[in-house]
Amino acid sequence: MDPIQAVTADQLRTDIPEFSPGDDVAVHYRVIEGDKERIQVFRGLCIQRRGGGLNATFTVRKISGGVGVERIFPLHSPRIAKIERTRQGKVRRAKLYYIRNLRGKAARIQEKM
Amino acid sequence: MQGILGKKIGMTRFFNENGAPVVATVIEAGPCRVVQVKKEDKDGYNAVQLGFIEQMEKRVSKPLRGHFKRADVPNFRILKEIRDFEGEVKEGDTVQADSFSEGDVVKVTGFSKGRGFAGVVKRHGFSGGPRTHGQSDRHRAPGSLGQSAYPKRVFKGLKMGGRMGNTRNTIRNLRIVKIVPEKNLIYVSGSVPGARNSIVEIYR
Repeated sequence: MDPIQAVTADQLRTDIPEFSPGDDVAVHYRVIEGDKERIQVFRGLCIQRRGGGLNATFTVRKISGGVGVERIFPLHSPRIAKIERTRQGKVRRAKLYYIRNLRGKAARIQEKM
Repeated sequence: MQGILGKKIGMTRFFNENGAPVVATVIEAGPCRVVQVKKEDKDGYNAVQLGFIEQMEKRVSKPLRGHFKRADVPNFRILKEIRDFEGEVKEGDTVQADSFSEGDVVKVTGFSKGRGFAGVVKRHGFSGGPRTHGQSDRHRAPGSLGQSAYPKRVFKGLKMGGRMGNTRNTIRNLRIVKIVPEKNLIYVSGSVPGARNSIVEIYR
C-alpha cells in the first residue's frame, strides 16, 4: 500500500454518505465563533469531487441572493458534522462547471429515477 | 541540540484539534541507535553518532563492521553525527521519535531533488524573453551577460544555467504537529527538502 495512504488511513471518515456531482447536498458544517460552536447548513448542488484519500474535496454551488456562491469542503474534515444527499441528479459528466454559465430554468438538473 | 534521522514518507494534510487542515510532511523518524559518543577531551568535540536503517553484513566494510560491533549495534546504512547532543546517552542507546514532542519548532535538513542541468528560468527565476513580436529562440534565454569594452569580461558569479538541486538544504522553523511513537512517525508542518524515501535529519 502507498505509505501515505497507510499513515492517513486512521484519519479518514467512514460516515460519509455516497454522493456524486449533480446531487443536491446539505452540508452541516460546524462553525466556531469565539468559544461557541454552532452548525451551519450549506445547501446546494455538488458540482465536483476531486482528490483521493485525505486530500479529497468537493464543491457545492448555490445561488444566494441572485449571486452564485461556491464552497469547497475537505471531504474528511472533522468540521463537517453531517452530509445529506437531498436529491440525486442525472448528469453526464464529472465536473459540472458548465452550470456556472447557465441561469434560471437552464441551470436545472434532471432528477435521477 | 536534539536530533534524529528519518526517512521522508511524503506530504499530506492533517486536521488539527480545531479541525483546520494543516499541510504536513510525514517523516519516519528512527529508531536510531547511538553508535559512538564523542567527548571533547578525547575527540576534540562533543557529538553523538547515530545509525539509521539496518544494512546486511556483506554490504558493510570490515572496518565499519568492527565499529558497529564495538557499540554492540547492528550494521547501519546511514551514519550521522549530531554535535552537542542533549541529554545523557551511551553507546547502544536507542533514539526514537518520542524524543521530540508536539509543538516543537525544528530544523529539517536533507538533499533537495536533483534537477540536472537547468536553465536560468527554472534555476534563477529569470523571466525569459518575449513570447511574441517576432521573437525566435529567445523564449527562455538569459539575455545579456554584461557590457562590452568595459569591463571586457563576464563578472564572476553571474547567474547562468547549470546543475540545480541535489544540494544540502535546511528548512528552519518547522513545527511538529503530530507524533505517532508506535509507528515512529513525525508530522512536520510544511515541506522538507528531498524526494520521498530520501534521508532527512531533524534537529531541535
